[in-house]
Amino acid sequence: MAITFTLNGKSQTVEVDPQMPLLWVLRDTLNLTGTKFGCGMALCGACTVHINGEATRSCITPISAVAGKKITTIEGLSADGSHAVQQAWMEEDVPQCGYCQSGQIMSAVALLSKKPKPTDADIDDFMQGNICRCGTYQRIRKAIHRAADLQAGKGKSA
Amino acid sequence: MTTTLSLDRRAFLKTGAVAGTGLLIGFHLPAFASSAEEQEKKNANPLNAWVHITPDNRVSLILGKSEMGQGIMTALPMILAEELSLDWTKVTVEQAPTNPAIYEHGTGGSGSVAGSWLPLRRAGAAAREMLISAAAARWNVNRDTCVAKDGGILHGARKSFLTYGELAEEAAKLPLPDFNTVPLKNSDDFTIVGHDKRRYEGSAKATGKAKFGLDSRIPGMQYAVIARCPIFGGKVKSFDAAKAKALHGVRDVLAIDAVGQGAFTAGGVAVLADNSWAAIEGRKALEITWDEGPHAAESSAWLRQQFLDNAAKPGKVIRNDGDADGAIAGATKKVEATYEFPFAAHATMEPMNCTVHIRPDGAEAWVPTQAPQWAQDIIVGISGLPREKVIVNTTLMGGGFGRRYMGDFVMEAAQLAKATGKPVQVLWTREDDMQHDFYRPASYHKLSGAIDAQGGLAAWKHFQTSTSIDAMWSKDGESHAENSEFATALFIPYATPNYRVEYTLAKSGVPRAWWRSVEHSSSGFIVECFVDELAAAAGTDPLEFRLKLIGGDRKIPDFTNPKEGKPLDTARLKNVLKLAAENGGWGKPLPKGIGRGIAAYFSFDSYTACVSEVSVKDGAVKVHRLSYAVDCGRPINPDGIRQQVESAAVYGLSASLHDAITIKNGRVEQGNFNTYQMPKIADTPKTEVHIVMSKEEPTGIGEPGLPVVTASVCNAIYALTKKRIRRLPIQKEDLA
Repeated sequence: MAITFTLNGKSQTVEVDPQMPLLWVLRDTLNLTGTKFGCGMALCGACTVHINGEATRSCITPISAVAGKKITTIEGLSADGSHAVQQAWMEEDVPQCGYCQSGQIMSAVALLSKKPKPTDADIDDFMQGNICRCGTYQRIRKAIHRAADLQAGKGKSA
Repeated sequence: MTTTLSLDRRAFLKTGAVAGTGLLIGFHLPAFASSAEEQEKKNANPLNAWVHITPDNRVSLILGKSEMGQGIMTALPMILAEELSLDWTKVTVEQAPTNPAIYEHGTGGSGSVAGSWLPLRRAGAAAREMLISAAAARWNVNRDTCVAKDGGILHGARKSFLTYGELAEEAAKLPLPDFNTVPLKNSDDFTIVGHDKRRYEGSAKATGKAKFGLDSRIPGMQYAVIARCPIFGGKVKSFDAAKAKALHGVRDVLAIDAVGQGAFTAGGVAVLADNSWAAIEGRKALEITWDEGPHAAESSAWLRQQFLDNAAKPGKVIRNDGDADGAIAGATKKVEATYEFPFAAHATMEPMNCTVHIRPDGAEAWVPTQAPQWAQDIIVGISGLPREKVIVNTTLMGGGFGRRYMGDFVMEAAQLAKATGKPVQVLWTREDDMQHDFYRPASYHKLSGAIDAQGGLAAWKHFQTSTSIDAMWSKDGESHAENSEFATALFIPYATPNYRVEYTLAKSGVPRAWWRSVEHSSSGFIVECFVDELAAAAGTDPLEFRLKLIGGDRKIPDFTNPKEGKPLDTARLKNVLKLAAENGGWGKPLPKGIGRGIAAYFSFDSYTACVSEVSVKDGAVKVHRLSYAVDCGRPINPDGIRQQVESAAVYGLSASLHDAITIKNGRVEQGNFNTYQMPKIADTPKTEVHIVMSKEEPTGIGEPGLPVVTASVCNAIYALTKKRIRRLPIQKEDLA
């Protein structure tokens, strides 16, 4: 069955089983491997993408549910890593193994779009579904605050 | 220059593979195999082995180790770049091909920087000297008038400058300098080593461009998911694949054999499909009857009873100074306590996976592995191809922590690639990863100690029974406990004339292996919690008590390996204790409801101390602040060290608060992150890391941050509540 959606700003049509989760369509059908598989049960956040701007776990989202919607993955955040959150991530040197970081960044971008100046409590609350086994949480917190400052300095949120 | 490169034995886990009906893998685990002399034998032209310079002056440094998040892709090139006087911003890094003649490929034991420091400096210096000679010849000047600077050779008087690219071809033809005498840079002149550098691959990891093992995409590749017997040691009796094969996208269903000693695979039934999801769904549709094997009755309760039975009898004596039993019997102040640890899973964020393509004329693999050499051995064994036809590409790894030293996932992919002739990617789901891990051993410890009239340590006795890593590898299934179960617990820094250590192996069908900080994860906890108990019995402040018992400056030999192991330097241990205490506000007033605890420990030749601040509310522990002091010799990348300690702190908190793999009916009861919990961002304390700017040789830092966090947290809980935590993870009832 053909399903059409907008992926990182471009129209995309796939012919797959409608039950196939978006995660595997991205990774295996479209070879967009920046979005990661971690648990398959929406428990770790490694697969986080934006669907119509909302942070969503792609591992439990059937492809049929995204027909006609706008999807943004880590690859679509910026062409060159220039997004404020990515910049902040590099400046704070957040990633270690890096496997969870696409999901962390996608969650952080969604948080900042809702709360451009989040408190620590806001961060704890919004980011609780993103696990990092390397324990980079302290730097994630700092990077989110830094990204908020970067975005404020630009005068608009990305 | 003499040095002891004290690489952990895991870094030298040698393998040899023999092809046949199955695969035999022979292991040699020399305790501490490396020495500077052995490294000398590996001299290769550094312009081929460690540095690639193209005529258009692109400089790549070759990484002979695996990057799993520990920052080795940054730290090792920093060492080379320093000796070569490169412009760090222009350096690129490439993964070395598997070549045992040149590279020590194993990455583990927090040993990469320690083991590579001198060889890489020498390689960098040799390359620099060759480039200087080439420039001097080109200019027809005395080479003493030429200096290496910013990626080229400068002749100051002539104001001439040649880039390395312009000199590389001539330099590569020159004779190799003697690595023993090649001049090394004066450390006072270092501009890269000892300075914060951002992670080399950080940008790739912030943009989704970094390629992990699971991101390998090979034309024509099939995705495979394997049904393994949930019971350790069980096998496939029979299976019906009809329903699985009927699913859209499923291409094939194949049984693969278990491979025993060495590979330790479970075997099972593999579903090969056009995509991962079809393979996962196909596996659900399989109908399999299992032969449950010899361990079907094993349970955590059964194992604990075995521990208790073992603890009721004396164990094998591992160390015996004086008369610990007599001293304890005659003492007025004495303490007895038991400590317990469950199995723990590694739970790397990227589950195990491996991609292999075996063709008739050669093979190629994409492996997230800490042991690429072993991966090559396995594929050589399965394919029957000559080694030079088997290419292993080491990918980035979504965490390692010891799990990716194993070869099981490589074996499975090689078996399927051989059977199909197609590229195959074996994907483990989270449940596969949780239920077929090689776990941190479960163990039970009985500690007894006594205080003498002067407040000193009259005796220390430690009995341990555990499931043992060593017993997995030894032919007789016995454990050589002195090698793998105690570490620093065999040579504690707290001076006592009466010191006895005993051990009894407990049997289990549950696979065990190296888990971040290995035996130190339990030994550090026990030693540092029990000494805290003794301090309380002595009525002395825990910091003062430790400093008193450590006493004067001395070097305590590594009990297991007194000749080659680095001794514990009590001056360095006391230094980190005092620094952590000072930075952590030891002795200063605390807000109501907050407790403070301390611990210090020697592991992987490094010294760490930590002061924790905790609160307890409604049976839940909250860690607010960790103040670390670490001495890992000369810091290469200080910010990389901070990252590793911050990381080990959270991994240790995970062990303190959550990690427990339990067994019932021969199988693991946990499956995903809902039943095996991880610390979250809200659980993360403010963590400060003070790095000692030592000039000693660099030592490990990937693991040493871990043992002290659990101990200092539990000591803080005692300071706050007077409850001793003697089993991990912390149980609600132990706080009540």
